[in-house]
Amino acid sequence: MTEPIVRYQNVHKSFGDVEVLKGIDLDIYPAEKIAIIGPSGSGKTTIIRMLMTLEEPTSGDIIVDGTNLWKMEKDEKMVKANEKHLRSVRGDIGMVFQHFNLFPHMTILENCMTAPIHVKGEDKKEVEQRSIEMLERVGLGDKIHNYPSQLSGGQKQRVAMARALVMRPKIMLFDEVTSALDPELVGEVLEVIRDIAKNDDMAMVLVTHEMDFALDIADKVLFLDEGVIAEQGTASDIIEHSQNERLQEFLSRFRA
Amino acid sequence: MNPIMDIAPQLARGLSITLTILVASALFAYLMAFIAGLCSLSKNILIRKITGLYVEIFRGTSLIVQLFWLVYAIPILFGLSLASNWVIGVMAIGLNYGAYLSEVVRSSILAVAPGQFEAAIALNMSSFQRMRLVIFPQAVRMMLPEFGNYTIQMLKGTALVSLIGLNDVLYFGNILRSSNLSYGPLIYIMVLVFYFILALPLIFLTRKAEKVAKKGVASS
Repeated sequence: MTEPIVRYQNVHKSFGDVEVLKGIDLDIYPAEKIAIIGPSGSGKTTIIRMLMTLEEPTSGDIIVDGTNLWKMEKDEKMVKANEKHLRSVRGDIGMVFQHFNLFPHMTILENCMTAPIHVKGEDKKEVEQRSIEMLERVGLGDKIHNYPSQLSGGQKQRVAMARALVMRPKIMLFDEVTSALDPELVGEVLEVIRDIAKNDDMAMVLVTHEMDFALDIADKVLFLDEGVIAEQGTASDIIEHSQNERLQEFLSRFRA
Repeated sequence: MNPIMDIAPQLARGLSITLTILVASALFAYLMAFIAGLCSLSKNILIRKITGLYVEIFRGTSLIVQLFWLVYAIPILFGLSLASNWVIGVMAIGLNYGAYLSEVVRSSILAVAPGQFEAAIALNMSSFQRMRLVIFPQAVRMMLPEFGNYTIQMLKGTALVSLIGLNDVLYFGNILRSSNLSYGPLIYIMVLVFYFILALPLIFLTRKAEKVAKKGVASS
């Protein structure tokens, strides 16, 4: 059995007095596709935001490739990680956001090229070629010199995926990436995700409300409820065999 | 004899002082604005407090009194004159407007949408790269119109240096009036026209800046 690439150990997270996550234990294996489902406010997004270092856990450990993400060793004690440590560990993680967060002052090609050149120090020509290939793959080869403001929501989200992919992450996080889109644009974005899931060997974690899609592509589905992983298993486990009443009730809302 | 043709060349003699003071004090003000604006966002509380003190003192007191302080009070108190009056004029105007503009810099940086910051982290940029590649270029676009507005104000503020004996446009207007009292109204109208003509390109640039600012920014 291979080692997990990410391991959450009893991770808690509070915002003020509200405890959003109440002890998460989760292993993510290389190339594994995980979908996190659950009611709004159950902490789904917080789980992946902590892995992307956008949110610090209140307690517990997140281990990435054998290294503790939020803690580092100093004078033989574990202390809070500094910026340098976070940077060294999160390099293999990429994320796509609900609201795209493209850089509006750059063309979409520049959006893709900036990080590989400046962060990884890669050769500009090579990065440019790879970025163009990636933008072609998401169907935007004819728009590489456009600015984000000239694109539709679905196109923006496809650029955001290309931008993340050009960094060649080992783990890709998708934070409700279709929630901000008009309904008719959802399909084109899901197609790209399906393509990535099928052809790339990176691990993927999707937080999503696209239930059929999630159950379709995921190796493992987590049902998050009231701050804990209430149920997990393959899609068929979740749909057919789960005895969890809240899960059944949650799923029934999507099957009206 | 056309009095306008008499007055205009006299006022024009002050253009070089007005313009050099404007350019030098504007550049100095921009420099102070970025230094103080970035310092006011520092994690270090001491740096933030010192910056706050600078901003509040220069925003909260009158520019003309600051000028007089530097020119007339400090030499008596400390027995030294700081520099030429031209340099003092540039310093006073630059420090004063730098204080205002630092607030523009600070608020523009804070106005860049948090999602931009998060996307930069997701691409593993260092804090310096996030600032240089993502936040700052967008913040600068938002700053441009306000920088234009304050530069126009600075142009008008340069007229104060006539009160510390510098030979700017207003200074020559005052000289002319004291020798031709009946021309007073015409002289001052022409001084206004001079300033307005000087302000025109700045007004034009500010309009342009507003258009640039609308594009290419994700603000919260």
